[in-house]
Amino acid sequence: MTPLSAYLLLSAMLFAIGLAGALTRRNAILVLIGIELMLNAANLNFIAFWRFGEHPEALTGILFVIFSIGVAAAEAAVGLALIIAIYRHYKTTNLDQVDSMKG
Amino acid sequence: MSLPFAIIAVLTIAAAVAAMTLRNLVHCALALALTFAGLASIYLQLGAQFVGFAQILVYVGAVAILIVFAIMLTRSSEPTEQPVFSASWLWGLLVAVIVFGTLAWTIVKSTASQREPVQVAEATVKQIGDALMTGFVLPLEVIALLLTAALIGAVIIAMRDEVETKKSK
Repeated sequence: MTPLSAYLLLSAMLFAIGLAGALTRRNAILVLIGIELMLNAANLNFIAFWRFGEHPEALTGILFVIFSIGVAAAEAAVGLALIIAIYRHYKTTNLDQVDSMKG
Repeated sequence: MSLPFAIIAVLTIAAAVAAMTLRNLVHCALALALTFAGLASIYLQLGAQFVGFAQILVYVGAVAILIVFAIMLTRSSEPTEQPVFSASWLWGLLVAVIVFGTLAWTIVKSTASQREPVQVAEATVKQIGDALMTGFVLPLEVIALLLTAALIGAVIIAMRDEVETKKSK
């Protein structure tokens, strides 16, 4: 049986990859993909702790992940709509050129 | 560590790295779908069948397709001369490495990370449905309201510019 630490390390790795992508990519869509990866890493933690916890019959981890998937779907829809609106306005999705609010 | 977990984990991490580093955005979206599928198989391996299939339906089915549509609508898949990473990429990478180092150090040091599951846990769809309709009915309704509001909001945000240009004409 795989120990809990293996799942937690996989989750931490996915979170770090998503964070690196969100911080370094120029394209706004790739930044959103990085945020989705980080959300999924958090979901994996919930499932792993549910499975290895004292009371798996309480189903708390499972239900939290189901609600989290719902919120993430709403976030993805609104985020991509915002990116399309930004593209219509600036004719680019390059975040380095969308800087009109820079002081 | 069991062999199936190792294979899925390596595949998932490789797909995630590909999703974050490839030049062509359509390839990134496909690698992202592979990452989501790998996570779904890990959920299935952990005994969370419903979440695994919900992951495939929502992420591989809907979110990945939505991202492909956004890439096509914004013409991001066309090749660009500019570098794909921003000028401060070194700092972003450094922050991510520090975060991973801290998390990994805490996980390895923790006493809880070596524990084995107490019993065979099964979350059947019936149990989840019962819980959703009894103790968690209020969060369920809030999620339903949130999804409705988010979808209406997304449509309004995405169509706003077109209405304004029609008015100005």
